[in-house]
Amino acid sequence: MIETFSTVQIAVAAIAGLLCLSLGLGGKTPNDLTLGVTLLVEVLLLAQVVVSIVAPFVGNIATGSVLEFWVYLVTAALLPPLAGLWALLERNRWSTVILGVTCISVAIMVFRMNEIWFVQQA
Amino acid sequence: MVPSAARTPSRPPQRPASRATGIGRVLVFVYGILALAATGRSVFQIGTKFGEAPVAYALSALAAVVYIVATIALVAPGARWYRVAVVTIAFELVGVLVVGVLSIFDPVLFPDDTVWSFFGRGYLFIPLIIPVLGLLWLRRTSPHRAGAEATGPRPDDTASGRG
Repeated sequence: MIETFSTVQIAVAAIAGLLCLSLGLGGKTPNDLTLGVTLLVEVLLLAQVVVSIVAPFVGNIATGSVLEFWVYLVTAALLPPLAGLWALLERNRWSTVILGVTCISVAIMVFRMNEIWFVQQA
Repeated sequence: MVPSAARTPSRPPQRPASRATGIGRVLVFVYGILALAATGRSVFQIGTKFGEAPVAYALSALAAVVYIVATIALVAPGARWYRVAVVTIAFELVGVLVVGVLSIFDPVLFPDDTVWSFFGRGYLFIPLIIPVLGLLWLRRTSPHRAGAEATGPRPDDTASGRG
């Protein structure tokens, strides 16, 4: 993990989440903006997957449990596609709320992954 | 778990059947995430360090199973699943309250966190809030033949997305 990158990722996911939540509660159905920011969150997660595979080979080793880290990362990466798919199937404002919930969850999970990688002692 | 929840809307449009529509979908989705989180965590805990805190980890596993069943019960149509949803969600509420209190007054029993420790602190207190919302919502959407229950939810409320 790269601390700067994961910090940016947490910030993006949190902002995306708040945006989708407020638009959703305001009655907006999923649109290019809300689906777009959710897609961005997913792309960053996939980038995180690549970073986390490469990192140990260049000496950037997790201090905590690698298994726990990957459970979080894989789960997090599954959420936006599920939420996005559901948003496309049933287009109402609650789908936008779900996109928001998803992005917030991702922010929390990346925060936790960050702790496992840098803080937790295995 | 979540995949089964995600598949529901693609079923033929028999609206009154599934409760996973409108604001209920948000509830289902949050339950799905909790089920995933609790399952992932408990598989990891039991697989790697069960001996360290058997009570906490066994409880994590139980909580995970209950969340999975509750998620399915919220999605699945019919009066029987409705009852399953009420029972599992009520169980969660009791669980989070009991374990929340125990983890404060008897920390030795829970050396490591579970979903329910300190009223779900590690999960933004969502495990404490969501069963309450769940029970409220289930009361609104109760199967119409039982619609005469105390507060009398209006049947026409059931399928709409009103929240």
